[in-house]
Amino acid sequence: MLRFIARRLLWFIPTVLFVTFLVYVCVRIGWDPVQSYVRANPRASDEKVQQYREVNGLYDGLGGYIRGYFEWLWAFVRGPDQWPRSIKGGGDVYTPLRYSLFNTLRLAGTAAILGIGIGLFFGVVAGKRPGTWVDGFVNTTAFFVGSIPPFVSAVILQLAFAVQLGWLPAAGIYPPGHQGFDPVLMGKYMILPVIVVAIQTIAGYTRYMRASLLDVSSADYLRTARAKGLSERQVLRRHTIRNSLIPIATVVAIDIGQIIGGLIITENIFNYPGMGVFFLDAAADGDFPRLMPFLVIITLSVLIFNLLADLSYAYLDPRIKLD
Amino acid sequence: MTSYQPVHESAEFESFDELYDVSESEGLDVKTLTPRQLAWHRYRRHKAAMISTVIFGLLTVMVVFAPVFARYGVNEPVFPISEGPNQFLEPQSVAWFGTDDIGRDIYSRLLYGIRTSIFIGVATGIIAVVIGATIGAIAGLRGGKLDDRMMRVTDVFLAFPFLVAVIVIREFLGGVEFLEPVIGDKTSIRFIIVLLAIFAWMGVARLVRGQVLSLKEREFIEAARAVGASERRIIVSHLIPNSIGPILVALTLVIIGAIVAESTLAFFGFGPQPGADSTSLGNLVLLSRSGATQGNWWLVVFPCGALVLLAICINFIGDGLRDAFDPKMDAGR
Amino acid sequence: MTDDARGVLSLRDFKVEFATPNGPVQAVRGVDLDLDRGEILGVVGESGSGKSVTFLGLLGLLPHTATITGSATVNGAEVVGAPTRQLRSIRGKEVAMIFQDPLSALNPVHRVGDQIVEMIREHQDVSKKSAAATAVDLLGTVGIPQPKERTNQYPHEFSGGMRQRVMIAMAIANDPQVLIADEPTTALDVTVQAQILEVIDNLRADMGMAVVMITHDLGVIARVADRVQVMYAGRAVEKTDVDSLFESPTHPYTEGLLRSIPLLGHQRLLPIPGSPPNMLRPPSGCAFRPRCPYALDECAAEMPELEPAGTAESACIRAGELTLGVLT
Repeated sequence: MLRFIARRLLWFIPTVLFVTFLVYVCVRIGWDPVQSYVRANPRASDEKVQQYREVNGLYDGLGGYIRGYFEWLWAFVRGPDQWPRSIKGGGDVYTPLRYSLFNTLRLAGTAAILGIGIGLFFGVVAGKRPGTWVDGFVNTTAFFVGSIPPFVSAVILQLAFAVQLGWLPAAGIYPPGHQGFDPVLMGKYMILPVIVVAIQTIAGYTRYMRASLLDVSSADYLRTARAKGLSERQVLRRHTIRNSLIPIATVVAIDIGQIIGGLIITENIFNYPGMGVFFLDAAADGDFPRLMPFLVIITLSVLIFNLLADLSYAYLDPRIKLD
Repeated sequence: MTSYQPVHESAEFESFDELYDVSESEGLDVKTLTPRQLAWHRYRRHKAAMISTVIFGLLTVMVVFAPVFARYGVNEPVFPISEGPNQFLEPQSVAWFGTDDIGRDIYSRLLYGIRTSIFIGVATGIIAVVIGATIGAIAGLRGGKLDDRMMRVTDVFLAFPFLVAVIVIREFLGGVEFLEPVIGDKTSIRFIIVLLAIFAWMGVARLVRGQVLSLKEREFIEAARAVGASERRIIVSHLIPNSIGPILVALTLVIIGAIVAESTLAFFGFGPQPGADSTSLGNLVLLSRSGATQGNWWLVVFPCGALVLLAICINFIGDGLRDAFDPKMDAGR
Repeated sequence: MTDDARGVLSLRDFKVEFATPNGPVQAVRGVDLDLDRGEILGVVGESGSGKSVTFLGLLGLLPHTATITGSATVNGAEVVGAPTRQLRSIRGKEVAMIFQDPLSALNPVHRVGDQIVEMIREHQDVSKKSAAATAVDLLGTVGIPQPKERTNQYPHEFSGGMRQRVMIAMAIANDPQVLIADEPTTALDVTVQAQILEVIDNLRADMGMAVVMITHDLGVIARVADRVQVMYAGRAVEKTDVDSLFESPTHPYTEGLLRSIPLLGHQRLLPIPGSPPNMLRPPSGCAFRPRCPYALDECAAEMPELEPAGTAESACIRAGELTLGVLT
């Protein structure tokens, strides 16, 4: 087991470097940072452009890319003060990034906990009694809801609850001009986006859990458990659900990416100042100094979650041959 | 001394035929069906899938023959502006689903748009399935390093938030100049098909790999190997035909995934612009952004409704296919 | 008949019917059975004969689609129609059951020791620690080396034979009066089979436990059974002691089974022609009639009951006149 962990950790660093380098190449080629700079600052002198080039390590050619990547990386790890400034007015990148990161995490965390918790619950409700109307109802509802693309439910909820009914705010995180930290007020603004993302998550996990439960239900060891004299509830708790959670756990870690993905869409519609908005703005501007830290943080998160998924699977299922 | 001779000669059972005569011991006549017939029967039992097939079939006919079923041209205003205001009209007799910002009939545009989007979906599906099934089968069969690498790569890719990854790759592909003659410009239909296929093949590959892994241990594969069948033959003649079920299901998932992805991308301005003589579902769904905030409900309801209807239908068809090819279904629900 | 005379386990006209989408299936069509302390009853039959279903039904381990009628008593207490609570108190305590494939019968993510502890603590009011120690002892009793280390291992870390010993250890944890062994050796290698049978036989001798050995393998019967009950199409067709079974069977089906055994030096394998009947629409009269070389027209008339035939009981109406067997 320890060997397994050590090996995975050992592979982690090179993988991070490799993938972030690929990201770097994509951003360089996809957005032509110099052009973007010129477009954003049409009156900048040649000197300024050259300065921008050098600060961001925007050299050409394969060698240039590699050199540029490591220069950028060096600045990145040295800390936010070393990060190059945004092309939009030379502003700080770190503060808005941090702000949007926290906003998104708040949404993501709430939606994930609600979504997964409620989803697993309904999954058990349905999986416990297959073939009954309860099962059919839950399963079909999850199916329908899951078929609705997230931006559709976002738009419809916005139309219904915010515009037509006016119950909840349609956009933003606080009313315009608000200062300071007010959790209750923030909560009001969070309700619709969280619901949109949570709905998707609930639908998904209901179906995962139900399927997993059905799979486990036909297992022989449940018959053994009953032959021991255990009650149905005990069998359900100690054997059926316990074993059903294993495949789910591995899905969770990787699924976080999907939750965040769904959030990006939702944030945009509700004008919620999270990472989705940060990214879309930066992408629209082609702002290299904003894009790179963002994408690298996402990459790191993805790779870390992957690692956690692997490790948790090995921990939960002792049958895994750890080579 | 005991010798084990039968006490009675069993003269009646001299021939093999008599030995295996089953007719009398059965109370029923047993009709055997081919796997394909069995699958079709199971599919038919899934009511939602059957209804969805009918709906989707009708829809496909309508959009393929869009010029017949549409009431106006794709860019034609319902009536010239000289005759009066034609923007943002509510649904009425002259425009069943209302009009958009320049007076075009939403219903007709929806038909053309769905046609384009279904085309994008199916094209992406076919490409993704061909590439994905091949790679998945090879990886599953060979195992080892290739399999390991493929799994790692797809793992990482699939864990990325979809929109972010798609936008990054989209810009990248658009920026690589020598690709443009092949896949077209960033806003072309060709481009988005390629873009979506790049993401879609991975899910298919993993699915097929999983199927191949479970098939690999079955005796008929061992038998094929023992007879000397080449790897290619094993894949083409044995593995793929036995994986038809999961492949078909994967195909439906890719199709609807591509349609939804196209709409999502269009929603954020990254969608295809099919040119002067056509439109896509994504472009119509784009209208719902403003429609929601301005209260033009028909701009939201009809395009999004069409999208959701498509999604539900194709998902049910996929579900029906999954049931149809799952041998466990015969045990009774 | 007093309850004591009916023995530890007793079935009378025991029937199990399943409701299926194609109609009702009578898997068990009236079984009578008596089991005494310390004896091993072999129950032989092909797949579909109802041999497993009978005992699963006895313990109430069949799905809801099963309807059970007739009478079955465990230590004198009636279990047909009994509330679940009562059945649960019997399962694992008075009657324990082990199954065919120990790998799938044990929960793969729980340690072996924990699974035995679960069995113990379900029926005995003891601490976890004490139960864990008992579990180690049990593993030792069934012949697992280094039980203290192995109690913390997972099922997949054991070989097939060892796993089955674990299941046996778990089954005897509460000193049951009856052990029902449903094809315990079928999934094992031949050499390991003999070991397992020996373990069961020894336990029977030490604990005075009665054993029901369900199998399709006559070799197993020859090795351990005292008495044998042959089942076909949901009914018992012959009941006798093990020696008589092999020397002088009284039912054509039994003879057919004996003839199908491949024996060294013998030329021809003689299988029983045809296949077991479809229990949706079983043949009228004697269920074995379509495959029986001695069948007469009368055999189709009505379902034959078990009648004494010498020291045995047979459900063949021609048992008295036929001399059956494979030994000369």
